[in-house]
Amino acid sequence: MHLYDGRIIDHKRLNADCYRLTVAAPPIAQAARPGQFLHVRCGATYDPLLRRPISINTVNRKNGSVTMLYRVIGRGTALLAQKKVGEQVNVLGPLGQPFTFDPSYRKVALVAGGLGLAPLYFLLQELNIDDLVFFQGARSASEILLTHNIKQLAKELYLATDDGSAGFKGTVVELFVNQLAFQNFDIVYAAGPQPMLRALCLELKRNHIKGQVSLEERMGCGVGACLCCNVKIGRGNSWVYKRVCADGPVFDAEEVYWDDSANNG
Amino acid sequence: MTVRTMVDVAGIKMKNPVTTAAGTFGNGEEYARYVNIHDLGALCVKTLTLEPHHGNPPPRIAETPGGILNAVGLQNPGIDYFLEHNLPWLLRHNIPVIVSIAGSTVEEYALLAAKLTPDTGIAGVEVNISCPNVKAGGIAFGSNAEMAADVISAVRQNTSLPVIAKLSPNVTDIKSIALSVCGAGADAVSLINTVLGLAIDPYRRKPVLANIFGGLSGPAIKPIALRAVWQVYEAVEVPIIGMGGITTALDAIEFILAGATAVAVGTTNFINPRAASEIITGIYNYLQECHIPDIKNLIGAAHRQEVV
Repeated sequence: MHLYDGRIIDHKRLNADCYRLTVAAPPIAQAARPGQFLHVRCGATYDPLLRRPISINTVNRKNGSVTMLYRVIGRGTALLAQKKVGEQVNVLGPLGQPFTFDPSYRKVALVAGGLGLAPLYFLLQELNIDDLVFFQGARSASEILLTHNIKQLAKELYLATDDGSAGFKGTVVELFVNQLAFQNFDIVYAAGPQPMLRALCLELKRNHIKGQVSLEERMGCGVGACLCCNVKIGRGNSWVYKRVCADGPVFDAEEVYWDDSANNG
Repeated sequence: MTVRTMVDVAGIKMKNPVTTAAGTFGNGEEYARYVNIHDLGALCVKTLTLEPHHGNPPPRIAETPGGILNAVGLQNPGIDYFLEHNLPWLLRHNIPVIVSIAGSTVEEYALLAAKLTPDTGIAGVEVNISCPNVKAGGIAFGSNAEMAADVISAVRQNTSLPVIAKLSPNVTDIKSIALSVCGAGADAVSLINTVLGLAIDPYRRKPVLANIFGGLSGPAIKPIALRAVWQVYEAVEVPIIGMGGITTALDAIEFILAGATAVAVGTTNFINPRAASEIITGIYNYLQECHIPDIKNLIGAAHRQEVV
């Protein structure tokens, strides 16, 4: 874990509101594992005050750089979007628990919703496995990203968009479930918005498939001290609050306790 | 020149006036890779209760201009777990450890205090009578002078360690609460706890926090905290630990000038994990630059006529 002033070496707008930011931060690039995130100081003043947690999208260990994908959703990310190549950005990380992999897994699915794509692309790069199917969902075709790179590494790539402008018209979870009729996965790794992950966790449970999901929650410190980002984790009807920043963001799919569903117990 | 930064808060000997604010530094382990824990003047741990507490449902945090609202709700593993699993690590760093406690009844405060004996190695007890985020107890004790005195008195009778009463700003007259807790045996006071606040999401048309209200902390509350320290300094004789929005060494100096003997660094830890270290260095540098031989010369100095 490092607190580091990194120079921005690339910063590109990818579509209406998504950006790709690459920062020179050799110690972080060396240490980072898929599923971990950086806590990024977006501004220089007290307002907005907090850092912003952003998933690591990829690292280049040769030149010591770390790349993040982010969407402008508020004042913090809007300030970040204004930063130019050559400027410095203060990052804290790599933080959180990464995805874990067991060598016994032969067939793997990655299910990405929106910018949940970011950590799963990193995982795709680091997993040395032949039989890997990548599912990517987004609101529309303009938000489908990195398909060229994914196709080089994954055996298959399936796309879903809400408006049908690319691939399957519907959610990425529906698309994934459709494939379950033809494919058996040893494990499913997923990241994306909470409703998508909730739907996916229900399906994994129903189909008795192992899964790991990367959760998001409003975050304070990022290092496990403030207990602001806690979510319910447990089995059956027993749960405890665990920290997304330090105990997660990656949790076993079966351990995530969804308040509003009947899948617990 | 050599400058002295040592202070004494009711028998708690601090090599510099900087401690951490309860709930903002975990149990120290979370920050040990950014801050040399040994450098701190003292460390105050997250508030502990008799039994483990789940805390409040998420969202627990909302960002507001220059601050954050939190409604963690005293999530903690309970005092016994802390004493067995977290305290030994803390004691290895040879700094005073202040343990923050909260109960939902006066009896719970008494039972907690009884567990905090000098042979635990703990240096002091901070009595949280000002948490705005719990249903029972918390701020209810801290906003009523008689109830505050009852709690402090119960703690006083059950521990021989220095007792620090943590005061709430969410009161009509903080001086009267300070006088009351000192009358009940508090050896020091710490202030302020968070300021009760609210944030609403205009698109969801609901409060941001699941708990509706939360405690405001961060730079936004510094003037409120400084005013409270000033008022309490004029009202009571006991040492004050000042806190609320301290982000830089100069912020800390302001609190000391207003009457604080020591200061606590809180929310700024979340933004800069090295903040406590940087503030300690900054205070030392300030004393040198201004040719002030001893930090104690500054305590409450802004109340006095002479120029220091």
